[in-house]
Amino acid sequence: MEWIQQLINGISLGSIYALIALGYTMVYGIIKLINFAHGDVFMVGSFIGFYSITVFGLGFFPALILSMAACALFGVIIERIAYKRLRNATRIAALITAIGVSLFIEYGVIYIRGAQPEAYPDVFSNRSFEFLGAHISIQSILILSVSVVLMILLQFIVHKTKTGKAMRAVSHDTEAAKLMGINVDNTISATFAIGSALAGAAGVIFGVYYTKIDPLMGVIPGVKAFVAAVLGGIGIIPGAMVGGLVLGVVETFVSALGFSLWRDAAAFVILILILIFRPSGIFGKNTREKV
Amino acid sequence: MKKSKQFWPFVIAAVLVYVVVQVLISNGMMNQFYSNTLILIAINIILAVSLHLVIGITGQFSIGHAGFLAVGAYLSAIVTMKLHLPFIVAILVGGIVAALAGLIVGIPSLRLKGDYLAIATLGFAEIIRIVFLNIDYVGGAAGMQVTHLTTWTYAFFCLVVTIIVIVNFTNSRHGIAAISVRENEIASDAMGINTTYYKVVAFALGSFFAGVAGALYAHNFYIIQPSQFGFLKSFDILIFVVLGGLGSLSGAVLSAILLTVVSTYLQGYPETRMIIYSLVLILVMLYRPKGLMGTMEITDYFKLWRTPKGGGQHGK
Repeated sequence: MEWIQQLINGISLGSIYALIALGYTMVYGIIKLINFAHGDVFMVGSFIGFYSITVFGLGFFPALILSMAACALFGVIIERIAYKRLRNATRIAALITAIGVSLFIEYGVIYIRGAQPEAYPDVFSNRSFEFLGAHISIQSILILSVSVVLMILLQFIVHKTKTGKAMRAVSHDTEAAKLMGINVDNTISATFAIGSALAGAAGVIFGVYYTKIDPLMGVIPGVKAFVAAVLGGIGIIPGAMVGGLVLGVVETFVSALGFSLWRDAAAFVILILILIFRPSGIFGKNTREKV
Repeated sequence: MKKSKQFWPFVIAAVLVYVVVQVLISNGMMNQFYSNTLILIAINIILAVSLHLVIGITGQFSIGHAGFLAVGAYLSAIVTMKLHLPFIVAILVGGIVAALAGLIVGIPSLRLKGDYLAIATLGFAEIIRIVFLNIDYVGGAAGMQVTHLTTWTYAFFCLVVTIIVIVNFTNSRHGIAAISVRENEIASDAMGINTTYYKVVAFALGSFFAGVAGALYAHNFYIIQPSQFGFLKSFDILIFVVLGGLGSLSGAVLSAILLTVVSTYLQGYPETRMIIYSLVLILVMLYRPKGLMGTMEITDYFKLWRTPKGGGQHGK
């Protein structure tokens, strides 16, 4: 039952991508910015989790929550310092600022602590059990359940709370939302906070699952999470989840078939195919551009 | 009339720069370090100017320029190292194959706009890199040995050709059409301009010169590896263009010179270099989103002292 094993690995990887992709998709949906620095928030989250486990001796869940809180704050700071001034600037200026912020975080972290990788501490016992002939580790189950809980929580926030309602309104039409008395700045900050908290959680989960973290680890998962967001239809929350899972499963199967060096290419090939044939993504509706 | 008046001073200046440096090098008055820096500057200017054509003139936000650099580098290295043909053939082959790659990438992806195009080009560049990583013929991840063939003469000659071609393209009817695509694609489409055609032509031309730069780049070092052509290289080239001012050729040239010199001197402190780079990028974007020169050219500054006659020639 090799393929069940691979499917479970793929879903675990995919749920990490999905958590990062949610942040991308929310930020893009609300201010139409590809937040290149998002992958680096993920990296910072992973390091905060690492230090809180090794230095402060916290358990997995306190470390997860601490990392999420710190990343939420970090995301808001990035937004306030770098992106707020560019609300009305061209998209190119905003995108280049995001690239700059991303490089700054990466090399800032390298400057502070060096570029050497770090081995994540083993927080769970490495037990596994059999399921239809496949070995499933406790880790995968826990990671998967944490991701699912966070996604359900996100759905609840977006659809049942006042902040969520404001977010949906601003993303639909910023000007109209402003006229209706919604504080757009605070709503955008809240979006960044939630998205960054999810990225922080993904960082901790990634560290526990892959056991190796380094300051440049955010680049590739960041871009792939963006691919996942585009795949599902950017700006659509369920789309990001499905896109992340699909991407994770495809990648795992490409590796399992013996093309592990081509794994990264698979994500980009999917990206380009989806951009060419269905730019609005799996869940997106086609909208015509107005003149 | 005006153009030909501008042309000769530039040619004379170019010949002068070339002769002075060549004499200094052959007399041994300029050591290896400085001549290498000059060659590197020339390569970076070619890259900056070729990307300037795509982003600055045509307004197509391509951030995967390192992919075409890689194509030029590898193809030219194959021509010289495996087929044992002369270097000049290698430069041409590198450029032509990169232009073909530009066509293959450009035709499907130029249907996309703005952010999506940026991501697609980034993805294509990464695919190109991974393809080279997986071909054993060119050494895979370990890289490929290349002899040192790039000299000041080759680098300078290619640089001058690049600038002449791109300036002439910009000032031609095609260039004006490309600028109209940059300003407003829908409006220029409505005016009867074949926007896809101009976007693809500019993209292929930009890729051609990126390939030429790749050939020079490959033969300036002793080894090429796929890891040299990742995101960071693309962003490096992008930074030249953005810092100089989107739409300003002389801005791209100046920032390529400036940043190459700065990064050569900061070679020993790679983290500091990247932090300075990113800070410059963020600060310029926050406080001067148009870049240092905006869409102005150096020659526009000299024109200020003359009596203005009608509209300026280069952008507004």
